[in-house]
Amino acid sequence: MIKILYFFFFSLIFPSLALATESDSRNFAGIIFGIFVLVTLLITYFASKKNINKSNYYAAGGKISGFQNGLAIAGDYMSAASFLGISGLVFFSGFDGLIYSIGFLVGWPIILFLIAEKLKNLGKYTFADVTSTRLTQSKIRILSASGTLVTVIFYLIAQMVGAGSLIQILFGLPYYYAIWIVGFLMIIYVSFGGMIATTWVQIIKAILLIFGATILAIMVLNEYSFSISELLRNASLVHPDKSAILYPGKLITDPISALSLGVALIFGTAGLPHILMRFFTVPDAKSSRISAFYATTFIGYFYILTFIIGFGAIVFLTNNSSYLDESNNLIGSNNMAAIHLAHTLGGDIFLGFISAVAFATILAVVSGLTLAGASAIGRDLYVYVLKKEKINEKKEILVSKISSVLIGIIAIILGIIFKGQNVAFMVGLAFAVAASTNFPILYLTISWKKLTTNGALYGGFIGLFSAIILVILGPMVWVETLGFEKPIFPYKYPGLFSMVISFISIITISLIDKKNKNEEMFHKLVKKSHLGRT
Amino acid sequence: MTKVSEKKLNKLIFFSNLISYTLTLIVLFLYFSFILVLGFKPNYFHSFIENTYITYGIFSGLFIIIISIFLTLIYVILSNFFLDKLKD
Repeated sequence: MIKILYFFFFSLIFPSLALATESDSRNFAGIIFGIFVLVTLLITYFASKKNINKSNYYAAGGKISGFQNGLAIAGDYMSAASFLGISGLVFFSGFDGLIYSIGFLVGWPIILFLIAEKLKNLGKYTFADVTSTRLTQSKIRILSASGTLVTVIFYLIAQMVGAGSLIQILFGLPYYYAIWIVGFLMIIYVSFGGMIATTWVQIIKAILLIFGATILAIMVLNEYSFSISELLRNASLVHPDKSAILYPGKLITDPISALSLGVALIFGTAGLPHILMRFFTVPDAKSSRISAFYATTFIGYFYILTFIIGFGAIVFLTNNSSYLDESNNLIGSNNMAAIHLAHTLGGDIFLGFISAVAFATILAVVSGLTLAGASAIGRDLYVYVLKKEKINEKKEILVSKISSVLIGIIAIILGIIFKGQNVAFMVGLAFAVAASTNFPILYLTISWKKLTTNGALYGGFIGLFSAIILVILGPMVWVETLGFEKPIFPYKYPGLFSMVISFISIITISLIDKKNKNEEMFHKLVKKSHLGRT
Repeated sequence: MTKVSEKKLNKLIFFSNLISYTLTLIVLFLYFSFILVLGFKPNYFHSFIENTYITYGIFSGLFIIIISIFLTLIYVILSNFFLDKLKD
C-alpha cells in the first residue's frame, strides 16, 4: 500500500517540479524541497510501523523531549503567514507589523504559566481528555470536538488558500496543483505517520525556518554594521511614508479594536487545539514546562527576525525596479517581501532555499491541524460520544486515520472553492473561537470549583456561536465579502466580546445549575494537576 | 513517589498559583499597557530615544518580546529549583 502511494506521489511531484521552470532558483528550491519530502516520507514510513497503538499515534508515545517539543511547537505555530505575512506587513507599514508579532507571542508565556503543565498532568491525547476529567464525558466531548473542528477547518482553509497562491508564485505551479500536493502530503504524513511523523516534520521545518530567517536577518544587519538604529534610519529615508513607519500608523484606529485583537491573539493561542495537543507528546509535566519555554524563545526570536527582515526589505526593495511592477508595487504582493529580499541579498540559491522553506512551513502547519481535527473526530466524537468507549484500540486508530484523510480531502475541496477569496478573516475567526470556547472551558475546568457540565456545555456553545456570528456581522464578512454597506457589528475582531460572553454564560449557567457540581472531584483534579498523580 | 501530606500540598498549590498568576499579570499588564497606549495615546510612541532612530514604540515592542522570553525563563527556574522540591 505504502509503496503504491510513494510511487503515485513521486510521479506526481517530480515531473511537475521539472516542468515548473528552468531558472536556477526554482530548480534549487525543487531539490531542497525534494530532499525535505524524501526525509519526511522516510520518517513517516518508519513511524507508520509504530502506529499500532494510540499512544504513538496521538502523542508520539510521550517520548519527545522538552527541547524537541519546543522546536516542534514553534514549527507548528510559525506559519508561512507569520513569516511572509508579518515581514510583508512591516515592509508595507513598518511599526504596525510589530503589533501582530507581539500579539502572537504574548500568548506563549500565558500558556506556560497557566496551562502547559496541568494539561500534561491531567490529559492523555486531546485537551478534551482534560475537560472531561470532572465533567460528563459525552456532553463535554461534543463541545470540545466542535471547538476543535471549527478552529481547525477555518485555520486550514486560510492555510490552503495561502499555500496555493504562494506556491504558484514561488514554484510556478498552477494553484490547483499546489493545493493537491499540499493536501496529499499532509494526508500521508498524518494518516500513516501520526504524531511521530507530524512532530518530525515540524521539528525539521522549524530548524530550516529559523536558520533561513537568521541568515537573512544577518545579511540585512551586516550592511549596517549590526546597528538597528542605522537600519531604521535608512528605511525611513526611502519609504514613501518616511519616518511615520517608525511609529503606530493606520492599523490601530480605535482602542476597542486594539484591545479585542489583543485578547483574541493571547487567549486564542492558548486555545488552539493543534498547539494544546503537542503538550501530550512529552514524558512529564517538567518536559512540558521546558517545551513551552523553548517554544516561547524560538517564536520570540523568530518575530524579532521578521521585524529586521521587514525593515531590510524596505531598504533593499523600495526603489529596486527588478522587484516592482508597473504601478510600483512589489511583484506578487507585499507578502513576497522576504522572498525578494532573499534574492537580492543571497542570489538564486538562497532564494531557492527560502522558497523551499516556505513550502515546508505550510506542510508542517497543515499537518498539525489535520492531526488535531482527526483526533477530535476519531477519539472525542467516535469513541466517547458515538460508541460510549465500547471499542478497541485498533478500531479507534483506524477511525482517526480515516478522519485525517477526510479532513485532508475537505481541506483540498475548500482550498479550491475559496481560491482568490480574501480569507484573512478566517484566521481571525479561528483565534476568536479558540479564545471563546476552548480556552474558557479548559481554564475553568482546571481552576474553578463551581463549574458544571451544563455550564461548560451551553456556555461554551454560546461562546462558539457568538464568535462566529460577530465575525459574520462584522466589517470583514458583512461588508467586504457579502457587500453590505455598513457592518452590524462595528469591530473586525470580536475576541473581547465573544470571550466575555462565553465566560459570563459558563459562570451563570454553572451557578444556576449547582446541583451537578462535584467539589470532591475538583480537589482531586487540583491535586493531580500539580503533582501528576492522585 | 512518596505520598505528599495535605499541608505540603497546600503549600505547593499556594506558591504555584502565586508564581503563575504574578507572572501572568505582569505579562498581561505590559501587553495591555502597550495596546492601550496604541489606542489612546499613540503619540507617546513617536519620539526617538536619544541619539538613535529607535522610537519608543519600537523599543517597547521589542522590549515586550524580550521580557516575555525572560519571564518564561524565570518561571522555569522557580519551578525547577523551588516548586519541584515541594512535590516529593
